[in-house]
Amino acid sequence: MSNMLEVADLGHTYGDYEAIGGLTFTVRAGELVCVVGPSGCGKSTLLRTISGLIAPSRGDVSLKGSHLAVVFQDYQRSLFPWLTVQGNVEFPLRSLPRAERRARAAEALEWVGLSAAAKKRPWQLSGGMQQRVAIARALAFRPALLLMDEPFASVDAQTRFELEDLLLRVRREHDTTVLVVTHDIDESVYLGDRILVLSKSPAKLVADLEVPLPAERDQVTTRTDEAFVALRSRVARLLNVGGKPAVDVEKWAAAERESLSETVSS
Amino acid sequence: MNKFFQRWTVFAGLIVVWQVFGMLAEDPFFPPPSDIVTAAWEWWVLEPENVTEHILPSISRLLSGWAIASVIGVALGLLLGRSDRAMEYAGPLLVFLRSIPPPALVPVFLLLFKGGTSMQLATIVFGVIWPVLLNTVDGARSVDVTKVDTSAVFQIPRYQWVLGVVLPAASPKIFAGLRVSLSLSLVLMVISELVGTDNGIGSQLMQAQREFDYTRMWAGIVLLGVLGYGLNTVLLAVERRALAWQPRSRDEQHA
Ligand SMILES: Nc1ncnc2c1ncn2[C@@H]1O[C@H](COP(=O)(O)OP(=O)(O)OP(=O)(O)O)[C@@H](O)[C@H]1O
Ligand SMILES: [Mg+2]
Repeated sequence: MSNMLEVADLGHTYGDYEAIGGLTFTVRAGELVCVVGPSGCGKSTLLRTISGLIAPSRGDVSLKGSHLAVVFQDYQRSLFPWLTVQGNVEFPLRSLPRAERRARAAEALEWVGLSAAAKKRPWQLSGGMQQRVAIARALAFRPALLLMDEPFASVDAQTRFELEDLLLRVRREHDTTVLVVTHDIDESVYLGDRILVLSKSPAKLVADLEVPLPAERDQVTTRTDEAFVALRSRVARLLNVGGKPAVDVEKWAAAERESLSETVSS
Repeated sequence: MNKFFQRWTVFAGLIVVWQVFGMLAEDPFFPPPSDIVTAAWEWWVLEPENVTEHILPSISRLLSGWAIASVIGVALGLLLGRSDRAMEYAGPLLVFLRSIPPPALVPVFLLLFKGGTSMQLATIVFGVIWPVLLNTVDGARSVDVTKVDTSAVFQIPRYQWVLGVVLPAASPKIFAGLRVSLSLSLVLMVISELVGTDNGIGSQLMQAQREFDYTRMWAGIVLLGVLGYGLNTVLLAVERRALAWQPRSRDEQHA
């Protein structure tokens, strides 16, 4: 498989504060890679350098294909209140002829199950629906790489599960290459084909892990899968380097499993 | 219906009080409203050429002056608002120009344009451009960073950035500026007609006052009030339509 994104010795310094301390990794075409790291370790900075919003202090980012899309954590602010949902999805497609724009927006809205809300304003929708609009907009753009910065951090648990499954489905159906930043270990294991674990600031790569789970995933069975639990513990331990030993992780995992089955069955 | 009454009772009450006192006092400076209405009727309805010669030219001056100022103000404001460099250079100049009371420039424009419509337009434009310009600068600056980032990531063309993002984001502020400018336009329209011209509502006011025809003078003043109220109402209606997209919840109101 070819590499969609190559990051080589990427470093970024704000003033004299080193946020990223030299990262090297690749993302292959069609892959979904999760980046996990402690809060404030420079994950957003990494995404901003990859997306070209800031120029890195050192190192290289090379993207195959000309354009990428970003789903920002602050989805509410990234949608334009003066445009309808459909207008928002068409926003990046202005260079296309009108009919094609329409068609692409309608298609993307269907993927995320929002066809009925096309004429509404984004602020008339719930948080989860707004995030789906942002995802539809990114997908309609047909990006070579889709970047997501903690995309589901500010929605409730139920919506979060739905959105995670939505992401897995659309990226499988459309063969999208995705890089997701998250601070949620479970989410990274559930979503990812691969997980990049970052250290505390200045962020360095601690581990690059393959996720040994089948492509088809399910909120209940996958999360109770042996491999899932084992990998989750491993990532948790990696994130705790230098901190407390990860004795509680197994216990916490069991508790999680229980609360999860409650959420799903209710 | 209730609201309508609430709004207008004080107004109607004042007119009644004025009518009673006007009739009792018989002071030529303060004629009762009924006399004023009669004067207005005689002046404008029985002599319709007064409308075409004075009222319509005044309104057209006011509106064209305001429109010119608005177009220049919005265009310049968007430019200055999105460029720190430009604002650094132009900022002090703007503050200085804005501090000049526009009526003080009437003699200058009088010399420059030898009176007439262009001098009146210049006075109005110079006087009313500031609220539009400064509000637009303010609005254009306040485009929220996530929207700026979103636009950058999608590499939208420049015209879409200006017309599709900055302009709508700034539009609530722009409309606030337009409203202030519109009422200022009325003021400056009158001031610019007080000298160097013999047509327009302002000049008619002066003439009535010189001829001691105070009822007519009052009729002119009332006409100006009605005009200001009407224009503001129309602009408010336009604004309500143009800004209908604004969320009605408290959060994200000015995003
Ligand atoms: N514009 C900036 N100027 C100076 N320092 C910054 C700037 N942006 C971020 N930082 C600092 O760089 C570090 C990394 O920030 P970043 O937002 O990339 O972290 P993060 O991993 O995304 O954090 P979180 O998990 O809270 O989203 C933080 O310590 C932050 O204070
Ligand atoms: Mg972040």
